[in-house]
Amino acid sequence: MSWSYLLRRLLIAIPSLLGISVVLFTVLALAPGDPFGELTNNPNVPAEVQAALRASLGLDDPIWQRYLNWLLAMLRGDWGYSFISRIDVQALILQRVPVTLAVIGAAQVLAISIAIPVGTLAAIRPYSLFDQIANTAAFIGFSLPTFFTGMLLILLFSVTLNWLPFVFRTDLPGSGLTWWWEQFRQSVMPVTVLGLFQGASLVRYARASVLDVVKLDYVTTARSKGIGARRVVMRHVLRNALIPVVTLVALQMPAVFGGAIVTEQIFRVPGIGSLLISSILANDTPVIMGVTSVFAALVILFNLLADVLYGWLDPRIAFR
Amino acid sequence: MARRDLESMLTQVREGQLSRRGFVKRLAALGLTAPMATQLMMLAGIQPAQAQHPAYKPTSAGGGGTLKLLWWQAPTLLNPHFAVGTKDQDGSRLFYEPLAAWDGDGNLIPVLAAEIPTRENGGLAADGMSVTWKLKKGVQWHDGQPFTADDVVFNWEYARDPATAATTSGSYVDVEVVKVDDHTVKVVFKAPTPFWADAFVASAGMIIPKHVFGEYSGAKSREAPANLKPVGTGPYLFREFRPGDLVTGVRNPNYHMPNRPHFDAIEMKGGGDATSAARAVLQTGEYDMAWNLQVQDDVLRRLESGGKGVVQTANSTNIEHIQFNFTDPNTEIDGERASLKTKHPTLSDPVVRKAISLLIDRDSVEKHIYGRTGVATVNYVTNPERFRSKNTSYEFNVEKAAKLLDDAGWKPGPDGIRAKDGKVLKFLFQTSINQPRQQTQQIIKQACRKAGIDVDLKSVTASVFFSSDVANPDTYPHFYADLQMYTTDAGRPDPGRFLRNFISSEAAQKANKWQGRNIPRWQNAEYDRLFEQATVEVDPVKRAGILIAMNDMLVNELVVMGVIARTAVSAFSRTLVGRISGYDSYLADFANWYRAA
Repeated sequence: MSWSYLLRRLLIAIPSLLGISVVLFTVLALAPGDPFGELTNNPNVPAEVQAALRASLGLDDPIWQRYLNWLLAMLRGDWGYSFISRIDVQALILQRVPVTLAVIGAAQVLAISIAIPVGTLAAIRPYSLFDQIANTAAFIGFSLPTFFTGMLLILLFSVTLNWLPFVFRTDLPGSGLTWWWEQFRQSVMPVTVLGLFQGASLVRYARASVLDVVKLDYVTTARSKGIGARRVVMRHVLRNALIPVVTLVALQMPAVFGGAIVTEQIFRVPGIGSLLISSILANDTPVIMGVTSVFAALVILFNLLADVLYGWLDPRIAFR
Repeated sequence: MARRDLESMLTQVREGQLSRRGFVKRLAALGLTAPMATQLMMLAGIQPAQAQHPAYKPTSAGGGGTLKLLWWQAPTLLNPHFAVGTKDQDGSRLFYEPLAAWDGDGNLIPVLAAEIPTRENGGLAADGMSVTWKLKKGVQWHDGQPFTADDVVFNWEYARDPATAATTSGSYVDVEVVKVDDHTVKVVFKAPTPFWADAFVASAGMIIPKHVFGEYSGAKSREAPANLKPVGTGPYLFREFRPGDLVTGVRNPNYHMPNRPHFDAIEMKGGGDATSAARAVLQTGEYDMAWNLQVQDDVLRRLESGGKGVVQTANSTNIEHIQFNFTDPNTEIDGERASLKTKHPTLSDPVVRKAISLLIDRDSVEKHIYGRTGVATVNYVTNPERFRSKNTSYEFNVEKAAKLLDDAGWKPGPDGIRAKDGKVLKFLFQTSINQPRQQTQQIIKQACRKAGIDVDLKSVTASVFFSSDVANPDTYPHFYADLQMYTTDAGRPDPGRFLRNFISSEAAQKANKWQGRNIPRWQNAEYDRLFEQATVEVDPVKRAGILIAMNDMLVNELVVMGVIARTAVSAFSRTLVGRISGYDSYLADFANWYRAA
């Protein structure tokens, strides 16, 4: 892998990011509503107060000027100042990162650790009972939206059985084991909802990919050499079959952040997704721009990562 | 007493013909105790009249565990002077306190003030030109500094400075505040001000400390570290704040009220939606209290059957109302629709407005849509009770409406829609997207159809409808429709400024970028005169009389029709004892809340 390739890819990313930010900013500026709409309806807040607020935050400048201001500040590393929270955007986003990573990371680990064994087993014995069950479950899994499975789990485990809490708390009391136990209890449902949704589609990719590789001649050769079935699968099949799966996981990562928005809302998980939703509802442009820029950067980064991983897994793929 | 008599009496109470107190008195005459009578009313589904505050039982501070509050909109900032919505005011209220707060009955209770200023104690000037507040002595800020008059004066300077861009500035720009001594401040008005309880009262009146914020006044206000780490006088000390998610605090051991607070810690969790917030208190008991449950009453009742909590409502000034457009939204003059130079072709006929008012089935709306979360009314000013007009009434009568229109010459055409001189009774009725509103619209549309009036329904996304966007024709201040419905509130238990919404000079139009508050664009010299009178009338009884007369004028002249007086709705865990206020933050009185053993 050459460094010039990496550099070139990174340079191409810059105009993409700029383009994304221009489109976003324009759409937000043209969208109806404003951050101080709530004040309009309050008879005790004179119209001048709202006007002064808008002026002090630069909301009355023309769109292009506001965009340039935002861009220049962003280049200097200043992400802007939230209209609604009156604090810096990066502080707001940073506060949400740990929970987001924990919940989404756990969900992704769950998804992978279910999808790969299940997909592989299903592919080794295609059209067996296990394969059919796995396939059906996968179809159901990715056909059901997370808001549905989330509500279903709440109804079952929180309301009917009263086993698990459905409000995610970031200030759990206690320490040590009790803390971990509580953390586990409150994370089970959101992680399961997200993990199963992701896992369901991965199962199908893993299965298809293993199915392709199993038929190849080198696998037959390995078998005929007398290597155990287990070893054939682990050493010879999986390594090659996983190449497309790894790409897929990497490419899906940003989408997982997006998919988590709904789950975060249902379980009140204070992740980046719920920050985005509440900022959109409040028309808090700097925060929306900040969060979406992070998402855009993630998409580009993971795309690059997928390509790099691809080359690492399969040295025959050359970078030019 | 015969069961039938009792039942008819309960019906009378429900319909408002018999007051709750009257009912209790009558039963007392028959030898039934008052609590029993109240019980009867509750069994019959009638809300008991606002009771006195439950007595505070704990005999020492602390020991109550954590008070877990669930706000489905999360606070995003904790400086009360920057609060954009009630969620921010509530978050700030955990740590900051005003001089006085409004209780659930709309009465002032002292918090940081030693007493409520009155004419008798010399707090109120006879000419209505000033009010003198005596501050409570021995109050400490969370960092141990003493609370004094300097802090109060500082808040006035801070909030009125345009560079601070405080959302509370409206309460401070028109007054002068002077320090009399260390524990006395005087608020001086520019003109006689009958409603003096604005500056330093309730949500706009929370006091921030001078020694912490003093350096960060004006343009530097956004840099103050304490914007995110409040130092107040309240019952809880600040511990942690995650904007949009969580606010936590621990008991303030030096709190200025004896034996309070009862809880060792407090937690306000935000986010999610109202229905699941109700569920977390009423059904699963994960939280102690949930805020602002704008959820259909039958859903609340179903959740309540879980037995973990109860719904608590409180009167508020919120009024779901319908406005008539007095200008013509379909004619454009100088590039402006619904210009003041036009007159509505059909709604300008009072008979048409009267007919429509007879076609609103308020009782059904209350019974089937709002339940405990609203009370049918025709008034614009509904609460507190001292300003509620007893002179108005409403009726739902399709035949009467039809007859009125017949007599006035509005005859049904071949399609059943009435018309006169080529003008057809066809109306566009708009509101924001909100399930109860769409249901109410349907009920009205069907009744109008029966009486030969065609109503087209329109619903606009709330974020557009309630915005101040000058360029968007779908906002409520533009009112480019014939009728519109939404909820508005006085923001305080006094309708003085609220009734300004109908004075001539406030008409929303292009010239004032539709920022005027008179949305129906009704203009009436007599009403304007009454408003001027009420603004300077210092005698509270006379003033209430004028304000009620103004409400009656709006109702009788059919400028606006009240539909439902909406209540503040919260959910309380069965063990939590306390009352919410519908005139202030829900937390106005939360220092007195405790957990029953």
